[in-house]
Amino acid sequence: MQQRTPEITIIGGGLVGLSVALGLLLAGQRVRVLDGADNDARASQGNFGLIWGQGKGWDFAPYANWTMDALAAWPAFAQQLQELSGIDVALDQSGGYEFFTDPSEFDAFEAELTQQATHLGHRARYEMLNGDDLRCQMPGIGPDVVGASFSPCDGHVNPLRFLRALRCSVQAMGGRVTMGATVATIRPQPGGGFALALADGDVVNTEQVVLCAGLGSASLAGDLGFITQVKPQLGELLITEKLGDRLPFLSSTIRQVDEGGVQIGGTKADAGLDDRESLRVMAKLAQHAVTVFPALADVRVVRAWGALRVMSPDGYPVYAKSTAHPGAFLVTCHSGVTLAPLHASVLADWILNTSPIPDLEAFDECRFALSHAA
Amino acid sequence: MAEVDLIIIGAGPAGMSTAAVAARGGLQVLMLDEQPQPGGQIYRNVAQNRAKRGFLGQAYAAGVDLVDALDHPGITHVAGATVWRLDKGPQVTWSRGGKSQTTSAAHVLLATGAQERPAPFPGWTLPGVMPAGAAQILMKTAGMLPKDAVLAGSGPLLYLIAAQMIDAGSPPQTLVETQTFTQMLGATPHLPRALFGLPTLLKGLGLIAKIRKAAVPRYTAASGFHATATESGKIQFSFRAKGRAQSLTCGLLLTHQGVIPGTHITRAAGIAHEWNAAQGAFQPQHDLWGETDQPGLHVAGDGAGIGGAEAAAAAGELAALNILCQSGRISSDTRNQRAAHARAALFRARAIRPFLDAAYPPPAEILAPTDETIVCRCEEVSAGAVRQAIGEGAQGHRQIKTSLRCGMGPCQGRMCDATLRGLLSEGRANRPISPPRARSPIKPIALGELAALSFPQEEPA
Amino acid sequence: MNVASRFRTLPETGESVQFTLDGVPATAPAGVTVAAALVAHTGAWTRQTAQGAPRTAYCMMGVCFDCLVEVDGTPNTQACMTLLGDGMTVRRQTGLRNLNGGHDG
Repeated sequence: MQQRTPEITIIGGGLVGLSVALGLLLAGQRVRVLDGADNDARASQGNFGLIWGQGKGWDFAPYANWTMDALAAWPAFAQQLQELSGIDVALDQSGGYEFFTDPSEFDAFEAELTQQATHLGHRARYEMLNGDDLRCQMPGIGPDVVGASFSPCDGHVNPLRFLRALRCSVQAMGGRVTMGATVATIRPQPGGGFALALADGDVVNTEQVVLCAGLGSASLAGDLGFITQVKPQLGELLITEKLGDRLPFLSSTIRQVDEGGVQIGGTKADAGLDDRESLRVMAKLAQHAVTVFPALADVRVVRAWGALRVMSPDGYPVYAKSTAHPGAFLVTCHSGVTLAPLHASVLADWILNTSPIPDLEAFDECRFALSHAA
Repeated sequence: MAEVDLIIIGAGPAGMSTAAVAARGGLQVLMLDEQPQPGGQIYRNVAQNRAKRGFLGQAYAAGVDLVDALDHPGITHVAGATVWRLDKGPQVTWSRGGKSQTTSAAHVLLATGAQERPAPFPGWTLPGVMPAGAAQILMKTAGMLPKDAVLAGSGPLLYLIAAQMIDAGSPPQTLVETQTFTQMLGATPHLPRALFGLPTLLKGLGLIAKIRKAAVPRYTAASGFHATATESGKIQFSFRAKGRAQSLTCGLLLTHQGVIPGTHITRAAGIAHEWNAAQGAFQPQHDLWGETDQPGLHVAGDGAGIGGAEAAAAAGELAALNILCQSGRISSDTRNQRAAHARAALFRARAIRPFLDAAYPPPAEILAPTDETIVCRCEEVSAGAVRQAIGEGAQGHRQIKTSLRCGMGPCQGRMCDATLRGLLSEGRANRPISPPRARSPIKPIALGELAALSFPQEEPA
Repeated sequence: MNVASRFRTLPETGESVQFTLDGVPATAPAGVTVAAALVAHTGAWTRQTAQGAPRTAYCMMGVCFDCLVEVDGTPNTQACMTLLGDGMTVRRQTGLRNLNGGHDG
């Protein structure tokens, strides 16, 4: 059988890679996704499932607006995934809280939200609640909570079902997803196109390549002439036994999965590639949970884990086209859930150059050029 | 509590034997065990059964010596203690009575034993279907005898339990074995070596003779297990044997397909694991003394690879000698001299294992069951759903877990990991499959208890 | 559905403890686990899964978590790892546990 060269190859079968793949397929392209090994660092299998805007981009207007666009696009996107894959990603976008136990942190966050609102204009929607007002609204909130912010735009999905829905959607659209295909090196070809050398010895030739390999991009970006250096940031999480009833809130650190388990997270640490959970952080997460909502005290933790966020040098997404090697693209971010509807639509236009996307220029990696040179 | 030199996790034959040797050698030993009494599953409740429940047999009763040897001022045995995390140090975090604490020692021995190999088939989740070993635990701890029970599966434990039931006056209704004549024949090359374990071999033959004498109907080479519940709550057990479909109605269907090491704690501790093809299970890598690749951590007993109670006790003694040597209590020459006896015992105890492994392998239909079979009991995931996820490209435990939540319930994969591996291996037996990752807490722990955990000294910055 | 126990308990002498199972007073030998007492009293389910499937104590050694019941108001208690105490209140569980104790249905 004669094998046609796939037109666009996506390196990385996580949320970002599959979202980009889906967008390209919906735009009529032929797409192949190369995914790594089962035990690779996979942010897409360890994340919190938030669709979150509060505070995002308060010091970087393009990110604030990009995030808000994504929040608005989620309902239709979830519907589309359901139609393509038959999988309900359990989108619940009925608003989310950010809880505070430290008054100065509460004040500082209010300042950030105020700043974010100046970027968002009439789209900005949030309110600040002091502890007593909060406890009036939700009697179960603990006495040590001094206040909370609330945004009606925020929400969450079931992140694991979302990953599977994306993969099944890509497959349903005719995209080929090859798992266990770790790309070791990329060789740009003299006449254009790329040879992707796989760890098992195979070579995949492609005309265009989109690098969406999360932390795996760190070793491959240079092959394509990109200067972005992504770094891991450890987040630790707990998940409890399932509850039959519902928590009365969603917060950025405590959320109830649609299946019933309560997930607790939000820690940040620099631990290199070590993704083990640690005793002290587990205890800290548990303390946070019972401080915010004391009734959780008798609910059992069934598992703790660490997962590595994929962080660009300034923490914002990078959408870059290689100038050295036309046909190569870099897409990386740590908000693979929130931004997915845009990755699965707008980014296809940007990659295919079918319509000008001025908004995306702010996310080019040229913003790192100075520090890179230094 | 005084300064502890050695923490032993698990009070089965391996842990008890280590404790006695280490304490006699001058070490302060803290022994943490989940059960209310020392003995492990094999000698469960043995000290309480001294003068009763004689049907459990001589080999069981002999375990009381190991329990009695725990009566030593150097040994503190804590019952009802659930270890749920190990850190470097080594440091052990454990829960008892709703309160967790951490304890450090220079040495930790992991002797957490085995669990029965999950034996899934359609209907295995019904009330009335139970592992044979579970029924044996009820015999040992509560004097409860299975009524109108069918014993089904394979392996020496099946014969032992049948014999105990006969002696207790509640013989099994029928014995349905899955092993085939071909498997028995294939095991015969291992027989010469098994002769080193002649007493064990003779004991096994004695059990079979007892079952024959009691005229318990027996099927071999049985396959296609399927259980349903009747209107009155009995179990309708159907299978194929003697070339045709068979059906039995019973009060209790007791299944057994051998035992596998319980490796949650060893995997969570970061110890390297290897696949034991003959036993069809992962086991922690260790040297001849039970020492692992993690500083301060030794393993012994069935949790380090299935060998049975006598092998476990011998391995425990070897680990204790090595720990005594590393603690400066004995020289390496003394260690080596004193080890000779235990090494010989270990050799004899393990001699029969290759024969047993080859003669009583778990059947393919248990390792990779039919589509309708529930694989993950916690999350209620079927084998068919797992096969679908594999069809979508999943190549390892983690991708299946994240696609289906298979193994994400409170048992943390203890009841489905082995089956997932069987399903992942279908049609690609040579593909290496990494052991699934185990995370703490390896047993569920309340948020309030975790939040109340105190840290005596701050870690240096 | 009421199903007779699938076990016969040997008539041994010794102390016994009183407990209630779904509100009905019951007796069991001292020193046994809640799981042993449960299967000595009924051959029927002691837990129904989220999907409504009947389950009862299975492994008896703390591995499978199928013996989860409510003990003295605490749901999802591993019955096979809990010694039966005098005066204990044991309830079978249907569906998932709730936040403030109790369970669905």
